Amino acid sequence: MKAEAFTIDHLLFTIDHPPFTKNNHLTASQIIFYIISAFILGTGLLAVTTRKIFRSAIWLLFSLIGIAALFFWMELEFIAAVQITVYVGGIVVLIIFSIFLTQKSGNQMAKPVRSRAIFAGIAVLIGFILSYLLISQYDFQPAGNQPLDASVGNIGTQLMSTGEHGYALPFEAVSILLLAAMIGCIVIAMKADKKQETRNKAQDNTRENVQDTRDKNEENERIINA
Amino acid sequence: MNDIPLTHILFVSTALFFIGMYGLFTRRNMITMLMSIELMLNSVNINFVAFNKYLYPNQLNGIFFTIFIITIAAAEAVVAIAIIINLYRSHHSIDVEDAGEMKW
Repeated sequence: MKAEAFTIDHLLFTIDHPPFTKNNHLTASQIIFYIISAFILGTGLLAVTTRKIFRSAIWLLFSLIGIAALFFWMELEFIAAVQITVYVGGIVVLIIFSIFLTQKSGNQMAKPVRSRAIFAGIAVLIGFILSYLLISQYDFQPAGNQPLDASVGNIGTQLMSTGEHGYALPFEAVSILLLAAMIGCIVIAMKADKKQETRNKAQDNTRENVQDTRDKNEENERIINA
Repeated sequence: MNDIPLTHILFVSTALFFIGMYGLFTRRNMITMLMSIELMLNSVNINFVAFNKYLYPNQLNGIFFTIFIITIAAAEAVVAIAIIINLYRSHHSIDVEDAGEMKW
């Protein structure tokens, strides 16, 4: 294992001289990758900084589509399709619905407190530099040009098999998790139970009754005085 | 696709993770915080798929983890939105600063 010093110079060197610039020719595949990455990061950054909440949701949608494009670029069509179906078709639509239910979507959100934004920016930057230093120093050993057979049939067979590399148990666990989440969110989002409601109504009624009797008393007093 | 080194894909996923973290630190609206968490989960997905593709192309483990993470993210988003809507009913706001009753 090489014990190289973790310096900023090294990071800058790896950024300035990536391995592929030896021949100074970008292939189409590389250009597509950099375009997709720039798209993902740009829209992701806009999603967390824009101050209109509905636009933020739309930028998130674009970022997720960019990630699906990255999966397509890696020739994993099934994962990309799942990404589009579940995230774009499910989660983002759900988020937009909840925005409509709870917010006035034209309003601008409050600006983040400046000190908090600055400190968050510094913390995030330092964390990113440290992580990327670790990644750039680590000696990954790519397995060469072996193709990855991620056909749907292959995935399905292994997902359901109970053998040595089977994923039947996690599959069942995730099914139970989904069931629990479904029941849980129905219970959470349900209106308050009837007992509670009747109690609230009873309180309201007594309050109204008290008010009524007070009004009547006042009226009677007025009549008597007259 | 092998002309892109693995570290460049990891650069993208790391940057996306920390973008999500920045959002989580600065936003105070629950829905936008949920969006930041979705971004972070997605960056982890990119990591799993890239490792599977580059380092262990004879296995499918990274792909299975990605599928499970997507499932769990969906379940998490649904429960979170149920909680947010319930909070909106009782507080008429989904700002985390407005919901401080359970703060110690």
